[in-house]
Amino acid sequence: MSFHAEIIITLKEGVLDTAGKAVSLSLRHLGHQGIRELRIGRVVHVNLDIPEEKAARATVETMCSDLLVNDLIEEYRYTLEKI
Amino acid sequence: MRSAVVIFPGSNCDQDVLRALREHTRGVVEPVWHANENLPKDTDLVVLPGGFSYGDYLRPGAMAARSPIMKAVKEHAARGRYVLGICNGFQVLTEAHLLPGALLPNKSLSFICRPCHVRVETTGSPFTSRYSRHKVLQFPIAHHEGLYFLPDKELEELEKNGQIIFRYVDSRGALSEESNPNGSKDNIAGIANAERNVLGLMPHPERASDPALGGIDGIGMWHSIQSWIEEKGRK
Repeated sequence: MSFHAEIIITLKEGVLDTAGKAVSLSLRHLGHQGIRELRIGRVVHVNLDIPEEKAARATVETMCSDLLVNDLIEEYRYTLEKI
Repeated sequence: MRSAVVIFPGSNCDQDVLRALREHTRGVVEPVWHANENLPKDTDLVVLPGGFSYGDYLRPGAMAARSPIMKAVKEHAARGRYVLGICNGFQVLTEAHLLPGALLPNKSLSFICRPCHVRVETTGSPFTSRYSRHKVLQFPIAHHEGLYFLPDKELEELEKNGQIIFRYVDSRGALSEESNPNGSKDNIAGIANAERNVLGLMPHPERASDPALGGIDGIGMWHSIQSWIEEKGRK
């Protein structure tokens, strides 16, 4: 069985997001109003050939803690679907 | 004193560091490819140089921190031997959890390449023992992700333990927002681990180690580590 994981990684609250601030400013210059805050994250798509959902979840979580996410400054969430 | 300079794919300051070490320390200085699993025998000092390891993909230093050589670098540090990370090397050390904190994009959103002033906050480290306390040094910086970040509570600990080794200051040694080029917390330019055998800094001492490059303030760092090792003996 194969799974598709979509992992969304964002900066934790309180960590300065310079790129988000710049984009937010640009949107304001374009006339977009009402932006309270804009934060930019990263999306990682992974296709996994792993037979069971439980094992696929464990793999995604280990990949995040091993490399994909720096837990001092970032947090993540993910969805998993059969493909 | 034996030194090893690790070269990752995308390192670009390795030759500068090799040259500075060869000119200003006595002993063997060797380059080491990141895919090696071992450091040269009896290495005293490992330097992780600046550059753009792995193209800065994912996060600067993230993939280099997981290179095969890093296991040996961690063991080297755990034995109390010396590790110096400069610029991208500092980012690698934080990603490898050999130093606390993280380096975020500069507050100005720009890549900054210019000379800056840093103040020696303590001479009680192997890397600063030959400077005088609060001496102002001029080192170049060249980075996009140099904003040192650590949650406030941990920052207090760092200060209390004397782990803040360099701060950005003006030419007279005064701390100010203007003298902080990248928005680092508390003007931090360089920190050490609790044992102070591992140092990371964003400015480049190796680019201030030859009059031809416009400055020689970095030479004191090489002399510091040399005399520290001679006095304390090999770990």
